Amino acid sequence: MRVTDMIVPLMIMFILLYGLARRVDLAEEFSAGAREGLQTAFGLIPMLVLLMTAVGMFTSSGAAEMLAALLSPVTEWLGFPKECLDLAFIRPISGSGALAAVSRLFSRVHPDSFAGRTASVLMASTETTFYTIAVYSAAQRKKPDSRIFIAAAAADLTGFILSSLTVRLLIQG
Amino acid sequence: MLSFIIVVMLLISVTAGCLNGSWEDISASAVSACTDAVELGVFLGGSMALWCGLMRVAERSGLTAKLSAALSPVVRLLFGRLDDDSRKAVSLNLTANLLGLGNAATPTGIAAVKALGKGSRPKRNTALLTVLNTASIQLIPVTIAALRAENGSAAPFEILPAVLVTSLSAAAVGCVTAAILFSGVDKDARN
Repeated sequence: MRVTDMIVPLMIMFILLYGLARRVDLAEEFSAGAREGLQTAFGLIPMLVLLMTAVGMFTSSGAAEMLAALLSPVTEWLGFPKECLDLAFIRPISGSGALAAVSRLFSRVHPDSFAGRTASVLMASTETTFYTIAVYSAAQRKKPDSRIFIAAAAADLTGFILSSLTVRLLIQG
Repeated sequence: MLSFIIVVMLLISVTAGCLNGSWEDISASAVSACTDAVELGVFLGGSMALWCGLMRVAERSGLTAKLSAALSPVVRLLFGRLDDDSRKAVSLNLTANLLGLGNAATPTGIAAVKALGKGSRPKRNTALLTVLNTASIQLIPVTIAALRAENGSAAPFEILPAVLVTSLSAAAVGCVTAAILFSGVDKDARN
């Protein structure tokens, strides 16, 4: 038994119990939220069809391996699994593209392998950086300050490097 | 931007096909990937429905508001003194990120940058908020855990501690970089 396996069941129970105590109409509100979630997920499908086709063609063409071979001096030095390189490239640019890349990766390597775990951590602890910057600066009706890109890139790079390092230190043991 | 990347990926794939003769594999994955995409979307629908449903209950019961109130010391530490509106908007956005709301966190982020843009040190604070959002500090990475479970992971949530350490460090590095790069930037605007 792991502590991490307890968090989700306990959290689900706690949220629902707290809602009940505060007299929230659980069935009604839950379905309203769930409907939104379903709409979001189904709304992703058209985009995913295009992206998964592109990612699938890319990885099966051997291009990813060529790229990985090219970058192997850097990735080997960092201990970063070469299977996760295409994910690292697409992660800052497109959320659904990254989803497509992870899904593709899991069909080739087991999610509990080193590469599978690194991809999971990378996916969960970074965001679609460029999209976020674009949306926020559009909200302020300003061009994004170039220094924001530097700070965000520093954060992303830290995330890439630490994803394989934390897997090795905290999970593989 | 995305269209450009897709075309570049396809060009590279086709070039690689010419170089190493992997045409069979490429065409096989081109026709199978589209059904994979629909399966993925339907599959994600389940975990997203569960989570969005729970989050709606948490919001209605006041749990989300409580969590964001608990975050306000952290907000004060990072952003300095803020007016009430900005502080609330920023806390709500950080809460949405912590709960792993992903797309649903975007509207709260937009509200927060709008409020920050009008306050003191607008450029620095906007940069800080952006970095905090791109580092995506989340307690429960639902989507990826669901994908792991679907593909036969024995412990889909075993990644939690690694995710927390990684995203917190990335956020810290981003914030420090932003604070350094933007120190003194907003002075002219204030005077």
